[in-house]
Amino acid sequence: MQILYAIIALGLIGLAFGILLSMAAKVFAVKVDPRVDKVKDVLPGANCGACGYAGCVQFAEAVVRGEADPAGCIPGGRDTASALAAELGLEMAETEPLVATVFCIGDNEKAADLFIYDGVEDCAVAGIFNGGFKACMYGCLGLGNCVRACPFEAIEMGSHGLPVVDQEACTGCGLCVNACPRDLIKTLPRGSNQGHLVLCSSHGRGKSVSKVCSVGCIACKACVKACPQEAIDMEEKLAVIDLDKCDDCGECVPVCPPGTIYPRTAIPRNLADVESRPAAAVSEEGS
Amino acid sequence: METLLSIIFIYILVDNFVLQRFFGICPFLGVSRKMETAVGMSMAVIFVMTMATLVTWLLYTFVLVQFNLEYLQIVTFILVIASLVQLVETTLRKISPTLYQGLGIFLPLITTNCAIMAVALLAVREEFAFIEAVVFGVAASLGFSLALVIMAGIRERLELANIPDVLQGSAVTLITAGILSLAFQGFRGMLTL
Repeated sequence: MQILYAIIALGLIGLAFGILLSMAAKVFAVKVDPRVDKVKDVLPGANCGACGYAGCVQFAEAVVRGEADPAGCIPGGRDTASALAAELGLEMAETEPLVATVFCIGDNEKAADLFIYDGVEDCAVAGIFNGGFKACMYGCLGLGNCVRACPFEAIEMGSHGLPVVDQEACTGCGLCVNACPRDLIKTLPRGSNQGHLVLCSSHGRGKSVSKVCSVGCIACKACVKACPQEAIDMEEKLAVIDLDKCDDCGECVPVCPPGTIYPRTAIPRNLADVESRPAAAVSEEGS
Repeated sequence: METLLSIIFIYILVDNFVLQRFFGICPFLGVSRKMETAVGMSMAVIFVMTMATLVTWLLYTFVLVQFNLEYLQIVTFILVIASLVQLVETTLRKISPTLYQGLGIFLPLITTNCAIMAVALLAVREEFAFIEAVVFGVAASLGFSLALVIMAGIRERLELANIPDVLQGSAVTLITAGILSLAFQGFRGMLTL
C-alpha cells in the first residue's frame, strides 16, 4: 500500500509541475523570428564582435530586424554576406576583404630598449609605465595584446619582437586594431596586394626618431618629392602613402634614408616566412 | 524574531555555506573570475534558493509528511528545483528580458548547484518553521553571495599579481579559497541556534 502512495504522490507532483511548466511556456511564450535561427546558422559563430554586436545571435537579430547590414560580418566575408542576402531576399552590397597590417618594423635589433621591463605581459600596462620600455614611444612593445585579441589565431609574436599577421588566416575583423594601445595595426583592402607602405607610426622629429630606431620615418620628405604620382603626404611628421594613387613604381624605396618603405608584397605572409629568412625583406630593399 | 536574526547571522557568517559547509564549490570556483559574473550568479542564486526553500518546505510538510513519504524527499526536491529553475527562466524571459539577459547562462546552471539542494534538505532536517525556513534560504544564499563576491574581488587582484609559475592558475585559487575558509573559521562558536 505504502509503495502505491509513493508512486501516486510522486506522479502527481511530477504531473503538477509538468502542467505548470507547459502552462508557463504557453502564457509566457516569447515569439522568436524563425529567420533569426537561420541567419545564425549561416554566420561563422566565432562571436568575435567585429560587427559591433555582442555576438553572432545579437547580430542575427539585428539583421532580421533590418538594423544591421548583412555584409556587416567581416570574418564571414563575401560568402557569408551573399548567403545572408539569399536567406533574407536582400540585395547584396559588395564588401572588400581586409587584411591587418602592422605599421612598425622596429624589431629588437633596430629599435633599442630603454630599460628592462619585468611586469605584466600587456602592452597597455607596459606603455603606461614610464612611457614604455622601448626607446621609441610610438613603436611596437611586442607584448602581444594583438595576439591575444585575435579570435582566429592569425597573429603570432615573432622571436624578433614584432607580431606577424598570418595573411591566410586573417579575416580583417579589426579586433587587433582596437587592441593595440599604440595604434600600430591598420586593416587594408586585400586587393591584389599592390602598393607601397611606410611601415612606421612615429610622429617624432627626425633626430629623435633616428636616435631610437634605425628604420623609423624621420620625416625628411624625400619620398614625397620622389613620388611621380604625388601619392605620399606628410601627416604629423609621418609619411603616408595613399594606396589608391600608388602605382607600385618603387621610386620612393631607394630615396628613403632609413629604409622604411616597402612594397606590400615584401611584408611577411606568416611567421614561418620571417623565421626562415630573417630580415630579408628589410636589409635587401632598404639599402 | 531573535531566532530569525540569529539564523541570518549564522548562515551568512558562522556557518557560511561555501566556506564552512563546502557546498556549491563548483560555481564558487567557476564564476569567481570576474566580479561581474560573480554578482550575476549571486543574484540568480538568491532568487532561486529562496524560492526553492519556500516550495520544498511546503511540499514536504503538507504532502510528504502527511502520507509518511519522507524518504522520497531527495527525489521530490530534485524535481522541484529542476522545474522551478525552468519556470523562473520561462517567466523571466517574458516579464523582464533585461534581467533574463543579465542572469544569462547562470540560471540554467543553478539546477546543478548542490547548495540549493542542501538548503532544501537542511531546512527540513533542522525542523524550521515556515518563516524560519524562508529566512534560512535567504541567509544561506546571501552567505553564498558574500563568499563569491569576496573571492571574485581577490581573484581580480590576483590577475595583476606577480605569482610564482608553479602556483599560477587553479593552484593559487584553491589556496586562496582555503585561506578564506580559515578566516571564516574565526566566526566558529560565536552563535548557535
